[in-house]
Amino acid sequence: MFETIGNIMAPLTAIIIHAAIPLTIILVYALVAIWGERKIAGFIQDRLGPMRVGGFHGWAQSIADLLKLIQKEDIIPTDASRFLFKFAPFMMFAASYAAFAVIPFSSDYIGSNINVGVFYLLAVTSILTLSVIMAGWASNNKWSLLGGMRSAAQMVSYEVPTIATVLTVIVVAGSLNLMTVTEMQSGNDILGFLPNWFIFQNPFLIVAFIIFFISILAESHRVPFDLPESESELVGGYQTEYSGMRWAMFMLAEYADMLLLSLLGATLFFGGWNSPFGEFMAGPFWGFFWFMLKGLLLVFVMMWIRWTLPRYRVDQLMHICWSILIPLSFVNLILVALWEMIF
Amino acid sequence: MANQIKEGWLTFKSIFTGMGITMRHLFQPSVTLQYPDEREELPPGARAQLYVNIDDCIGCNLCARACPVNCIDIETVKATDDVDLGKTSTGNPKRFWLTRFNIDMAKCMYCDLCVHPCPTDCITMVPEYEYSEFDRTNFVYHFSNLSPEMVAEVKDKAEEEAERKKREKEEMMRKKAEEKKKKEEEAKKKAAEEETKKEDETDADDSTNKNSENDDKE
Ligand code: SF4
Ligand code: SF4
Repeated sequence: MFETIGNIMAPLTAIIIHAAIPLTIILVYALVAIWGERKIAGFIQDRLGPMRVGGFHGWAQSIADLLKLIQKEDIIPTDASRFLFKFAPFMMFAASYAAFAVIPFSSDYIGSNINVGVFYLLAVTSILTLSVIMAGWASNNKWSLLGGMRSAAQMVSYEVPTIATVLTVIVVAGSLNLMTVTEMQSGNDILGFLPNWFIFQNPFLIVAFIIFFISILAESHRVPFDLPESESELVGGYQTEYSGMRWAMFMLAEYADMLLLSLLGATLFFGGWNSPFGEFMAGPFWGFFWFMLKGLLLVFVMMWIRWTLPRYRVDQLMHICWSILIPLSFVNLILVALWEMIF
Repeated sequence: MANQIKEGWLTFKSIFTGMGITMRHLFQPSVTLQYPDEREELPPGARAQLYVNIDDCIGCNLCARACPVNCIDIETVKATDDVDLGKTSTGNPKRFWLTRFNIDMAKCMYCDLCVHPCPTDCITMVPEYEYSEFDRTNFVYHFSNLSPEMVAEVKDKAEEEAERKKREKEEMMRKKAEEKKKKEEEAKKKAAEEETKKEDETDADDSTNKNSENDDKE
C-alpha cells in the first residue's frame, strides 16, 4: 500500500519540482522585467519611472501592481462565451510555460532532454496564436475580434521566418535537441579567441539572427509589431474585455514569451549556457548565470526597441514578413546549407 | 533590386540612429521633479494665489476698484473716536474696520492689477499654486479677521457715533443758526437805532442848513 503510494509519489514530486523551477524563474523574471521595462522607459524618456513603492527606485512597484490587480473586479461580459473567455489567458500562459521544458538552463539542468526539442518548442508556442484568437472571439467585441484576427495573421506569418531561421541553425548543428545544440558551441576557437557561438561561425548566420530577432519581436507582440494589442487604436485589442488577474495573466504570458524566445535566441546563436571565456567561469551555476544574462540582454534590446520605434501598420507588417523576411530567410537557409557543404 | 537594397540599408541605418539616440538618453539624468516631495521654486513675481495681510490693510478700496472682474469685495466701517486702530507697518494710519474682505479666486484672472495700487503693499501674490477645491464656494477667500459679534458691535458703535455726531452737528447748526439770527437781530436793532440817531442828526442838520439857506436868501 505505502509502497504503491511511494511509487506514485516519487515521480510526482519530481514532476512538481521540475515544473516549479521554470515557473519560479518566470515569476521572478516577470516581476523584475515589468519594473525594469518601466524604468527603462522612464530613463529613455528622461523621466524617473516608478519611484514611490519600496525603497530603492520603487523596486516593489510590480509587487504593488500585483496586489492591486488581485483586488480588481473580475468582469466577464454578459454575451461573452464564458468558458472560452475564462480559459484563454490560462491557455496562453500554459503555452509559453510549457515551452520552457526544453530550454537548457544550464549544463546540468534541462526540463526535458528530448530529441525534438526545437520542434516541440515551436509547436507549443503556436498555441499562443490560438489562445489570442480565443480571447478575441470569446469577448464578443469587435475590437477584440479585430485584435485577435490581426494577431492570428501576424503570428502565423511570422512563424514562417522564425522557423526558417531556426532551421538554418539546425542545419549547422545537425540536431533538434537544444542541449546538443548548446554543447556544440562550447570552446573558444574561432579566430583564436572568439567563442564557438553559431553567430560567429559564418556570415549568413548573422543575417539569420537578424531575421530571427525581428520575427520573435513580432511573435511576442512587442513594438514595433504590437498590433494585436495596439492600445491606441484598438483600445487594447484582444484583451479589451479582460480585467484584473485575467489581464495580468496575458501580460505574464507576454513577458514569459519574451523571455522564452530570447532564451531560444541565446541558445541557438549565442552559445546557451556556455561562458564567453571558455573554461573561465564555467560550470552548472555559472552556466545558468551566463544563460540568463544572454537572455535578459536580448529582452533588454526588445524593451529598448519598444521605446524607440513607432508601430507598423498592418499592411507594412505583412509586407515586411511576406516580401522581405520570408524570401530572405529561405535564400539564407540555402546559402548556409551550401556553406556547410563547402567548408 | 538595387533600390530595394538601398531602402533596406536606409531603414536599418535610421533604426540604429534612433536606437543610438534612445541609448544616449538612457544615461542622461532625468528632468523629472518628484512632485509631492519636491516642488519647483516659483520665480519672483509669479502669479498664483492672492494673499492679504489684513493687519496692514487700511481699507482704501483701491484694489477692489482696480480689479477688472470685480472679484474683490470690501466693506469698511469707520472706527469710532474712542478706538485707535494703530498704524500699518508702512506708517499709514488705519481708520477703518474691515468688516468684510472677500476675494473670489474662482473669478480672479491673476492679472496682478490689484497688487500695484495698494498703498501699504498688503495684497500680494503668493507662490502657492495648489488650491483646487471640490466646492466652488470654497474659492471665496475671507480675509477679514473680525468675528461676527465684533462686526456687529463695531457697526453699532459706528452707527451710534454717527448718530451722535449727526445730532451734535444738528445742534451746532441750530446754535449757529440761532446765533446768526441773534446777530442778525442785533445788527438789525443796531441798524434801526443808528437809523433813528441818524435821522435825528439829519433833521438837525436840515434845520441848520435850511436856516443857513434861509440866511443866505435873506
Ligand atoms: S489679480 Fe486681477 S482679477 Fe485677480 S483680484 Fe487682482 S485685480 Fe482682480
Ligand atoms: S489697496 Fe491695499 S490697503 Fe487698500 S483696501 Fe486694498 S488691500 Fe487694503
